[in-house]
Amino acid sequence: MKVLVAVKRVVDYKVQIRVKSDNSGVETQNVKMSVNPPDENAIEEAVKLKEQGLASETVAVSIGDEKSQDVLRTSMAMGIDKSILLKTQNTLEPLAVAKTLMKLIEKEKPDLVLMGKQAIDDDSNQTGQILSALLNWPQGCFISNLKIEGNKVSISREIDEGIENLETSLPAVLTCDLRLNTPRFASLPNIMKAKKKPLDIIDIDSLGIDTTPRIKTLKVIEPPKRKAGVMVSDVKELVKKLKYEAKVI
Amino acid sequence: MAVLVIAEHDNSSLKSSTLNTITAAKKLSDDIHLFILGSNIDELTNKSKDIHLLSKIIKCDNEKLKNFLPELSAPLISNLAENYSHILAPASTFGKNLLPRVSALLDITQISDVIDIVSNDTFVRPIYAGNAISQVQTNQKINLLTIRPTSFEKSEDSGGNASIEETPFVDTDLKTIFINREVSKSDRPELGNARIVVSGGRGLENSDNFKLLYELADKLNAAVGASRAAVDSGYIGNEYQVGQTGKMVAPELYIAIGISGAIQHLAGMKESKVIVAINKDLEAPIFNVADYGLSSDLFQAIPEIIKELDLLNQIES
Repeated sequence: MKVLVAVKRVVDYKVQIRVKSDNSGVETQNVKMSVNPPDENAIEEAVKLKEQGLASETVAVSIGDEKSQDVLRTSMAMGIDKSILLKTQNTLEPLAVAKTLMKLIEKEKPDLVLMGKQAIDDDSNQTGQILSALLNWPQGCFISNLKIEGNKVSISREIDEGIENLETSLPAVLTCDLRLNTPRFASLPNIMKAKKKPLDIIDIDSLGIDTTPRIKTLKVIEPPKRKAGVMVSDVKELVKKLKYEAKVI
Repeated sequence: MAVLVIAEHDNSSLKSSTLNTITAAKKLSDDIHLFILGSNIDELTNKSKDIHLLSKIIKCDNEKLKNFLPELSAPLISNLAENYSHILAPASTFGKNLLPRVSALLDITQISDVIDIVSNDTFVRPIYAGNAISQVQTNQKINLLTIRPTSFEKSEDSGGNASIEETPFVDTDLKTIFINREVSKSDRPELGNARIVVSGGRGLENSDNFKLLYELADKLNAAVGASRAAVDSGYIGNEYQVGQTGKMVAPELYIAIGISGAIQHLAGMKESKVIVAINKDLEAPIFNVADYGLSSDLFQAIPEIIKELDLLNQIES
């Protein structure tokens, strides 16, 4: 079984982001960037499948500019065998990302595609579902448990009501929730080793896909700030305030 | 042109997220159709006729649609798409799982998690866990939107008289088998639309201590929520998680207990009307968004609050 993992380079989850002063977007220059957190779960799961002898090869793919090589190196330091950067200076919408991945999948022929359930920058939560529909492969979204036996895939999905259990078969597209596993830290020797692993760069234009944006961002603004609150001295005061001032209990 | 809303339901009643989404649709058109896909949904369809804002209900009733597998529903939706200017679904795990497949089938870019509708082609959505708000415009022939339920009021579920139309089920070759759904039963209000939410974090220390939180929640007739840390630690199930990768809530009162307030948690609750934070650590970022903060040991504070509430009730009765 060959596993393909899609990885996005995003502003690190700990960074307090800033909206650009011209309201054109969010500042990403000189900001710490990292692997999109649920994508790390996808990487971890792929590496585990390899360690368990279920995966024969693991490949990470990212779409972005030259700098996205760093998240691919991180993926390989975590144990991914090789990686591919689909190079573009543009920001692609989820539909275009899925179409681009589909082109690569036709070439790489993986049996399983893993990715995070959403990117923490644009929070769209679409790419895996679109890719599954384009490929006509089974879809498993927001998974928190995965078991593969032969061709059979058993998954647990985190849904608003609790957990949903499904059974399906390879090939499949699965999107990972944060509770699927605990991503490992890359050790220093593995970071060194990852520098020697293969990283191919393919110009996205060579794939012949129309990635023209369909959506125009008119402006990006800061959310309204909440009014400063007060500290209360004890429970009595708190309950009184809630009852007579805020009138919510 | 008419607008189509995809119903979220459990085959017997509509989820409140559907009613929020219908309200959003009202901003786009007066001709709102509700598409109910499910199994044995005659009664559900008849009940839904009364929803004030609806002009038509389209139903597709088939045993195979019982478990809402998106591979089956998406083609049925895209088959109807050309009659509509907009197709809306709630931005719940139901809608998130389904609508992007329609996007693939129609070759239309979807706009996720819409919190405001400026005009028929301009929409507002949060990005970066709600730390930035993006206004976007599109001129695609059909607009696909998922709607954040907490950003729109629930529509009236009475006073209407929608017509009912049936659309035939078309099967899709499906490799997925539904096994089961593990749903926790609770008499408390639903987290997504409760008036009061009492939420616990890592400060609760274990699942046993969450009982203290349940007691407080019951006293207030509140829903229970949790931070990701508490869910990850196994104190409580994933369906209670509030935050960027969990549920979005906007109750009148949100009480955060033993929650430090990571950006990702704030993303899920900072639209609440009144926020209370109870935490030992005065430096906890949750205090930055709280209307009322109490720096206290929660194991002392919770029983005291319960006592005070009992006292209040005695005075009133």
